[in-house]
Amino acid sequence: MFTPELRPQPDDVAARKPGGRWSWMQAVIIILGLLAVAGLAVGVLQAADAAKGTAKSESPVLPAKTNLFPVVIKRPPGPPQVKTSLTNFQGQPVLVSCSSCHTTTKPNLENRSAADLDQFHQGLKYQHGNLTCLSCHNSGNYDTLRLADTQTVEFADNMTLCSQCHGPQRRDYERGLHGGMNGHWDLTRGGRTRNTCINCHDPHTPKFPQVLPVLPPRDRISIPAAHAATTGSTAH
Amino acid sequence: MNHATPETETSTGVSRRTALKGFGAMLGAAAFAKAIAPLTEWTRDLSVDQFLQKHYKELSHIDLQIILRRLEKETKENYGADVSIQDYKPQPGVKFGYALNLSVCIGCRKCAEACHLENNHDRPSHQSYIRVFEMSKGSLDMEKGNAHYDHPVPQKDKFYMPVQCHQCDHPPCVSVCPVEATWKEADGIVVVDYNWCIGCRYCEAACPYHARRFNWSKPQIPANEINPNQSYLSNRVRPQGVMEKCTFCLHRTRNGKLPACLEACPTGARVFGNLLDPDSEIRQVLAHKRVFVLKEELGLKPNFFYFFDV
Repeated sequence: MFTPELRPQPDDVAARKPGGRWSWMQAVIIILGLLAVAGLAVGVLQAADAAKGTAKSESPVLPAKTNLFPVVIKRPPGPPQVKTSLTNFQGQPVLVSCSSCHTTTKPNLENRSAADLDQFHQGLKYQHGNLTCLSCHNSGNYDTLRLADTQTVEFADNMTLCSQCHGPQRRDYERGLHGGMNGHWDLTRGGRTRNTCINCHDPHTPKFPQVLPVLPPRDRISIPAAHAATTGSTAH
Repeated sequence: MNHATPETETSTGVSRRTALKGFGAMLGAAAFAKAIAPLTEWTRDLSVDQFLQKHYKELSHIDLQIILRRLEKETKENYGADVSIQDYKPQPGVKFGYALNLSVCIGCRKCAEACHLENNHDRPSHQSYIRVFEMSKGSLDMEKGNAHYDHPVPQKDKFYMPVQCHQCDHPPCVSVCPVEATWKEADGIVVVDYNWCIGCRYCEAACPYHARRFNWSKPQIPANEINPNQSYLSNRVRPQGVMEKCTFCLHRTRNGKLPACLEACPTGARVFGNLLDPDSEIRQVLAHKRVFVLKEELGLKPNFFYFFDV
């Protein structure tokens, strides 16, 4: 009923020689079948190729790593300056460089921390292993620092100094795993700023201090006491 | 059927044709009643456009643009804030991964606060997508952690473990959703169509990381505190009665930026990046640190990793 063209009609020209029409139909069906098989085979082969391709190349093609935005490290601009007790005419403290005093003061190699001093740097908290002032400060030029092998190093390059002892942290920093960052994970779309050691760690007391946390959320899951009270009242 | 045959009368006097007509009319009426049944769920605060809105995946570009403009208008009406709501698509060749260094996390909850502000969370409940657990040293069981501590941190005998959505490769929250309102995108982010969600909270129950949140009430946010940089699938202000979850800040990360929680971390405990890029920071973590995932035995394949400094 739904395929009337297959039913021989008396006025159909082809029906006068049904053998010829049926053999023609069979030929068409066989050709279509062959095409379908061939198509299937090609499809399977392509799928296999694709599977091989994905297995081989672990990651897809990424945009070329050219024209990357810069990673800026927040280095200190130069040697630090110390506040004096004086103020200028605008009421701002007068700053002096370290060498202002230290060029005329003879360094005392026996001073181990600020507690040993009787004039300046009073109240400076110091807790950094067994290091002394002159482990890092350069007695030859107080506007610079010194490495363990007595080489001079600028304040801006403080990471070189810290890395002498803190190698694993430096290694992780180079890999982007230590010290945090701001900006873009995708350097093809924007830049990034990174810290140096002293942006997070006070070089004299490098251990991260205790802080008060941000207030906790006020939801039911995070309040164990309230949870215990409700389960207790229902007497399981 | 031979049309020439005269109609056969039944014993009751009702012709077969009439009976069939009646049956057909009844079927039609039933189908119509079923078709208009959703109207019974129409509440007053639901606009016609909102009520007729299709699933996110079925929206054409133009449909979506109309909806985004409508949502911006609604935010202006309800909250008095001028916002921009966009739809950011996954980037090809990118799958996001996150890692957290438990050796340096001090439990300050700065990440949770950044999430709270970035993602336009309800202010009174002080909600965020991150829960920081205070854990006793010697155990990694987050169910025994305390997320409600309120004392100076870090405490000596404790460590701190922030937990948020792990963007699992086999997300149980997605498979339990009865209306497919939540799904995993090509870059690995599990998202929610807030306008399709029916608020059944199955996904909240299914998530072993307690990463999903429910909007019990209409979020309250002062106009000047609303983050105007919003996207449809992430931080736009959610309606009442729907689920929400961490999207790795997709409105930021799909534009190449770092997530808000990472930028807020004062200790640099968080590492984020593209898992498919061998040079990315996250791949450096996987290559050089001894990482672990939470509740690995569940086989959910999370894309959030923890590690300790060695």
